[in-house]
Amino acid sequence: MGARMVPFAGWDMPVQYTGIVDEHKAVRQSVGVFDISHMGQFIVSGAGAEAFLNRVLTNDIARLQPGQGQYTLLLNGRGGVIDDLIAYRTSEREFYLVVNASRIEADWEHLETLLNKDDDVLMANASDFTAGLAIQGPKAREVAAAVFGNETSFPEHNTILVTMTSDGPMWLCGTGYTGEEGFEFFMPMETAETWFRKIVDAVKAAGGMPCGLGARDTLRLEMGYPLNGNDLSEERTPLQAGLGFFVDLDKGDFTGREALVAQKVAGLPDKLAAFRMTGAAPPPRPHYPVAFAGEIVGEVCSGTQSPSLGAGIGMAYVPLSAATIGSTLEIEIRGRRFPAEVVKKPFYRKPSV
Amino acid sequence: MSNVPDNLRYRDSHEWIDPTQDPSPVGITDHAQAELTDVVFVDPPKVGTQVSAGQQVCVIESVKAASDIYAPVAGEIVAINEALTGDPGLLNTDPYAGGWIFKIKASNPAEFDALMDAAAYGKHIA
Repeated sequence: MGARMVPFAGWDMPVQYTGIVDEHKAVRQSVGVFDISHMGQFIVSGAGAEAFLNRVLTNDIARLQPGQGQYTLLLNGRGGVIDDLIAYRTSEREFYLVVNASRIEADWEHLETLLNKDDDVLMANASDFTAGLAIQGPKAREVAAAVFGNETSFPEHNTILVTMTSDGPMWLCGTGYTGEEGFEFFMPMETAETWFRKIVDAVKAAGGMPCGLGARDTLRLEMGYPLNGNDLSEERTPLQAGLGFFVDLDKGDFTGREALVAQKVAGLPDKLAAFRMTGAAPPPRPHYPVAFAGEIVGEVCSGTQSPSLGAGIGMAYVPLSAATIGSTLEIEIRGRRFPAEVVKKPFYRKPSV
Repeated sequence: MSNVPDNLRYRDSHEWIDPTQDPSPVGITDHAQAELTDVVFVDPPKVGTQVSAGQQVCVIESVKAASDIYAPVAGEIVAINEALTGDPGLLNTDPYAGGWIFKIKASNPAEFDALMDAAAYGKHIA
């Protein structure tokens, strides 16, 4: 497909097919398809699955009905983020976890250490034999109807449909990483090629295009979604990352809870702030120094030129005094400082129709 | 196929320079702009700067990455393209004319001969 490939988390991944801006706009305006086969999938089942996952993940998994999913986090004992993931309940006693490619091994090892012999839980790592596509954009429903037929119900936001077809099983998830309507479609690797062709054809017929990692990054950053490795790390808690909404401190004990409670009492040392460049400036990029009131206080975690806004946007951990909406930061780019303003997430909001 | 005009000279790092003009405009090739896509910012050199051949003189930024631009020949930077401040996309849409980045007063015109001609550059990017 004329893709430019880059190594990413051990995979050769397309960074772009046509161009980041064209692909980005396709997703905002019609539809785009991303290869997300690199992502990891764990199946956790058994009578003790719910209790186990509630003991290791931050969100309250007991609230999920079969078919529902939630964004949640896996922490270390210090409250630091090992991974952020989506957990779906596929039946009363089975869960489907979708984790980051770069963290598959770390997540698996961590879960294994937390699992007790008498938990009555079976864990399966389906990552190696699972392929995936993300279909994202206002025309994602049109693509689903063209590929699966009108009778297949579209997975609504944060829901999962597990279906068996003559080509094998498929998992249809109402999630994405772009802020647009869409779905993520996982399937066994052997059936991937057939599905890939059908989906790419349907996407093109709907006026969309295949998209690479470059556009995936600009799209997610416009929404203020964190990227593990850039914006999340084992050294910082979800409270610092502004993800407190996905942490249920009242559900009972879970790994990292004690550290989070202690941090709440002590106060956060810093916070992930979203900033937007206020004048003409080079795009902010990861690791550029960030200054507040003349002093360097941190560095850019994620940063890019927003194709929708035509301005530089980014996120950085800064002291609370610097993190208030409207405060002025400076981003140091090649020795020069350019002003930026702390803004509310998301950076981009869909124009109301 | 990218456009490689015959009247220009080229560096292997994808800058072009026009030796038939004095001072000589410098830009990036059609091939380079197609690789970078979506130039969003040009950090120009300072007028009056003396540079040597191969010296890094400015940076252009696409959505994807920051790229260094090198002086094809030694000399003085005597002009920068102000139009790029408002419309850095000129590097993509008009790389050999409206998208020139700076003009250099070459101090040793013999250096032009050390650069690639269109045929050699065409092979370089093939």
